[in-house]
Amino acid sequence: MRNRIDSGRLVVYGLLLVLAASMLFPFYWMAITSLKAKADVFSTEPKLLPGRQLAEQVVEDPRWFFRSGTENYSQLLAWQRLVEPGSGPRGFSRFVLNTVFFALAITLGQVITSSLAAFAFARLRFPGRNQVFFAYLATLMIPATVTMIPSYILLRELGWVDTYQAVILPAVFTAYGTFMLRQFFLTIPREIEDAARIDGCSPLGLYWRIALPLSTPALAALSIVAFVGSWRTFMWPLIVSSSEDLFNLPLGLSLFRGIYTDPDWPLLMAGSMIMTLPMILVFIAGQRYFVEGIRLGAVKG
Amino acid sequence: MKSRALGIAALFLLPNLLGFLAFTLFPVVASFALSFCRWDPVAQPISAIEPAGFRNYQDLLGFHGQTGPAGQTSWVANTPRFWEALYNTVFMMLAIPFNMAASLFLAVLLNRKMRGMAIFRTAFFLPSITAGVGTMLLWMWMFNKDLGSINQVLAWVGIQGPDWLQSYFWAKPALMLMASWAGVGGVNMILYLAGLQQIPRELHEAAALDGAGRWQQLRHVTVPMLLPVTFFIFIISIISGLEGGFDAPYVMTGGSFGTTTVSLYLFRQGFEFFRMGYASAVAWVLFLIVFLLTMINWRLAEKRVEY
Repeated sequence: MRNRIDSGRLVVYGLLLVLAASMLFPFYWMAITSLKAKADVFSTEPKLLPGRQLAEQVVEDPRWFFRSGTENYSQLLAWQRLVEPGSGPRGFSRFVLNTVFFALAITLGQVITSSLAAFAFARLRFPGRNQVFFAYLATLMIPATVTMIPSYILLRELGWVDTYQAVILPAVFTAYGTFMLRQFFLTIPREIEDAARIDGCSPLGLYWRIALPLSTPALAALSIVAFVGSWRTFMWPLIVSSSEDLFNLPLGLSLFRGIYTDPDWPLLMAGSMIMTLPMILVFIAGQRYFVEGIRLGAVKG
Repeated sequence: MKSRALGIAALFLLPNLLGFLAFTLFPVVASFALSFCRWDPVAQPISAIEPAGFRNYQDLLGFHGQTGPAGQTSWVANTPRFWEALYNTVFMMLAIPFNMAASLFLAVLLNRKMRGMAIFRTAFFLPSITAGVGTMLLWMWMFNKDLGSINQVLAWVGIQGPDWLQSYFWAKPALMLMASWAGVGGVNMILYLAGLQQIPRELHEAAALDGAGRWQQLRHVTVPMLLPVTFFIFIISIISGLEGGFDAPYVMTGGSFGTTTVSLYLFRQGFEFFRMGYASAVAWVLFLIVFLLTMINWRLAEKRVEY
């Protein structure tokens, strides 16, 4: 009997390993390619497992990795197209900075505006509350394809096309975040709120000192969703930004691919690594909350 | 007292509400109105918007008779490109059932008390959390005709792989393959996993007592119990399948070789040919299709799923 269970486990582990390996293989391929020179990719006989060759090279001369292995990365970060002296970083490093800025601004904006609104919907009594909340819920169904054209026209009439706020502002207000945080705020026991109220706590104090600290998991979940979503956002920045100074990494990479008729794959893969790695790190750091956030947003709703 | 409560609530709501009005409510109304108008935002000022009645919808959905060389009349779509884009989109959505089955399979594998499951869950989830232009370039490289890893693997077993992204036959399957990689271990798998964990143990135990094997338990206990989750995932997949699908064809094929989806078509019409009214009509037709499908699904779900 014991043996049977063990062999069952072995089969499951084997299956999981094979599946995980095939899911992760693309990342391995990306990393390996990003460390090679363009000539290596094209001249030597193609190898599916160039890792061995690379490993031998690193073992033979460990300094090689930092001298030649990272060449694509330094070349990429130094890449510039529009050189105008004295106006800050340009080119690829600018794309990186823009992406970081967009992601932080949008995440912060989403957390602040949706937690405030969620608090009002969950813990305040005011006339018309249910009607307004229902309007929010209904718009969860409205796709971006419907709203993007008038949003663009609105920003254009404001003269904001090709500005930072045009990329950031429409992404800041989310019905999803409001909905998710409201679900969480609803679970805070009434007694805690009453006790605080008797001690003279104002609504703002309740929000800041009770609702927010008790909801760290939900806030973390929303932050991760917002951060990753705004890190890789492509369509909206494509619509509202035309100058390369405003490009984020997705736009920059897409521009990059278009420049070469004969793509420099190792260089492009270095760019993909720069775009992809931060998302992996953020996810691994906060995945506990992230998984919880999916359940809050979907199953309970 | 009442007005004071309203005042305080307004302070909390205002930031989000303003954005909601400006970037959701106003756009929805404006987009609907615009779909009955004609306007080129580059050549004309905003005051030059002119009403066009149902022209956009007629162009979009309508057919006209055409007399052939032998004098016979055949019906031709006014804008065949739209129907083509719809076909491409629906074709690529054929992967949805397979992806859902794969997500369920992964969730069933992960749903046991064994060491290391969290690590496998992370591994399966990574493609979906990183999906973006970066991984699209990666797949373009993997799909490369001569040096890409996929054709190398195929060469091992003696198959000469096609030029995936430059072929009418293979471009759609290639994009579908990439989307499956990015999708099967993602949110759907997590939802299935949550659903599996909610199934009471007793049900499986009772089935086992009645002599049901693993496979029979899966078929007669697990799958029926997961029906609500399955319907939810199916609806979400259909919505995102119809509305999404912009980034990948834009970046990887530029919409050639039969990969122009409706959302890419809409983008081109609106922001490259500057036909704002027409593009809005496309958006509303698409939304209507999504809405109807969702309603039909809910009806079916109400009939089939009993709690």
